[in-house]
Amino acid sequence: MSVGARDPGTAHNTTDFETVERSDEFRTLKRRHRSFVFPLAVGFLVWYFTYVLLADYAHDFMATKAIGNVTVGILFGLGQFVTTFAITTLYVWYANRKLDPLADKIRGDLEEASR
Amino acid sequence: MIGILAANAAAPTTVGEPILNISIFGAFVAITLVIVLRASRNNKTAADYYAAGRSFTGPQNGTAIAGDYLSAASFLGICGAIAVNGYDGFLYSIGFLVAWLVALLLVAELMRNTGKFTMADVLSFRLAQRPVRVAAATTTLAVCFFYLLAQMAGAGGLVSLLLGINDRVGQSIVVAVVGALMILYVLVGGMKGTTWVQIIKAALLIAGAFVMTIWVLALNGFNLSELLGAAAAANGEAVLSPGLQYGISDITKLDFVSLALALVLGTAGLPHVLMRFYTVPTAREARRSVVWAIWLIGLFYLFTLVLGYGASALIGKETILAAPGAVNSAAPLLAFELGGPILLGIISAVAFATILAVVAGLTITAATSFAHDVYASVIKRGEPKAGSEVRVARITVVVIGIIAIIGGIGVQGQNVAFLVALAFAVAASANLPTILYSLFWKRFTTRGALWSMYGGLGSAVILIAFSPVVSGTETSMIQGVDFHWFPLSNPGIISIPLGFLLGFLGTITSSIKENPAIAAEMEVRSLTGHGAEGATPH
Repeated sequence: MSVGARDPGTAHNTTDFETVERSDEFRTLKRRHRSFVFPLAVGFLVWYFTYVLLADYAHDFMATKAIGNVTVGILFGLGQFVTTFAITTLYVWYANRKLDPLADKIRGDLEEASR
Repeated sequence: MIGILAANAAAPTTVGEPILNISIFGAFVAITLVIVLRASRNNKTAADYYAAGRSFTGPQNGTAIAGDYLSAASFLGICGAIAVNGYDGFLYSIGFLVAWLVALLLVAELMRNTGKFTMADVLSFRLAQRPVRVAAATTTLAVCFFYLLAQMAGAGGLVSLLLGINDRVGQSIVVAVVGALMILYVLVGGMKGTTWVQIIKAALLIAGAFVMTIWVLALNGFNLSELLGAAAAANGEAVLSPGLQYGISDITKLDFVSLALALVLGTAGLPHVLMRFYTVPTAREARRSVVWAIWLIGLFYLFTLVLGYGASALIGKETILAAPGAVNSAAPLLAFELGGPILLGIISAVAFATILAVVAGLTITAATSFAHDVYASVIKRGEPKAGSEVRVARITVVVIGIIAIIGGIGVQGQNVAFLVALAFAVAASANLPTILYSLFWKRFTTRGALWSMYGGLGSAVILIAFSPVVSGTETSMIQGVDFHWFPLSNPGIISIPLGFLLGFLGTITSSIKENPAIAAEMEVRSLTGHGAEGATPH
């Protein structure tokens, strides 16, 4: 595989990325990222499919009226909107605090080294 | 998505005043053309043409993503589906929205950090360049093509209602005009012009839907329960609970699970959505874009819930289904009921602009993929002559535009819903497994990528071809023959797991290991943004 054909990026191949990858800082960043996004992704998919299966197979339950003419199904549906907005906000909060500063530091060091 | 975009030219009646509709639409075209011309003065390099010089901010790009994503299927389709099928229409909007979390959490920032212009940039980063690029370009073109045909066909169905054009020749002319306008926008404006068209369109669409939502709520004392009660009184209690469309039999129930899977996993694999992440300078702006897009799209779908039940209560299912354009006419009819011909004219022009903007976004994605992945990287082996890549992209735009016009005319009056569902299913089966594997699984190999992409694409297309959507039922595309053996109308439940499985099998059976140094480089870059291209200075 020819390395030259790979076009993304500007300053590459002078840095030893395998060393960076094994560094404590990078491993912390990777762990922070994955330990946050993976459980969250599994969580919202489980919640979404719970909803889909309820809507599909638990018709009577979803048709129960909860508040006035608002059915349980509509509340569940609106709940999906609420959780989507909440997860979005939570992720941004986490990324700004826990991921960005560390990513910026590692990138800064890399750019320093390749200069 | 059966029935949502079924173009149906029925009785030769029209509402509102065609002249007014055309004038408002003409004004939109004129204003956006001026903006496109102004925006295009700086289109010099490939980064300018494909990625708008990476100069958009997160909020701007987020609005453009919303403009790209809220297609006619979202506006006319979901409003109509809720008006006619009640709760089951609501399920679509939830799938379309929740899908964005996949893009936000797993894909957007990492893609922005590792790629340059296209999805293939990321997928081929640490795998064999040429075969992976060709495969990624193939799936990109396939998804864009199906999505494009659906939009063009939707345009034809719309005009029968909005402009009072009911004959086939008239509709074909309208499709050709839409196609020609789109070619002009993309040719002249590139990504920057296309993005501005999408931003303007998103603002108009969301504002229009907002006004109508407030209006409908005001008529019902700002009480959701009262609105739902009115809809139930007009069309029966069944509209308030799931099952009207998908609860008929075990097959339709399974079909719904299949559709739900394709919707939630399709978005993060749609090439025209992925490409938008490259129009911003950093991964952080890509994140902000998705956050803006999620809020705008989510709010819009909440509006459609009110509008759908509003149309159901104020106009009624029977009247909607009897109108030209059938289920798609719910939103325009509601606009007419609320605000007379003027509001109808505005909403119609917005709906039309929606199709134009989405079609432009798809075209530039397909053209970029061909010029960048196939021409520059494979045919010219990464060393195209200066300027030739953008020239090829422009020629491709014209070719794709002409194909879309011919295809759009060809599918007029047919059931086009399957095209949108197929686009989502293909994106989820062919693109998403490879995207996730290459971002998160270091052992992933070229063979895994090729098996997954071709296997996902092939299985999705074959299952659709032998589904009831194409033959065997009254609403099928091809009448009079029955060669269907696959019972579901959406292939997702089979083809998506298959795409993931093939990627896994292809990888563990590979004898060739990929270069670990490049895998390390990709991982470091994807998380830190090291070496990612920033904005082009002008």
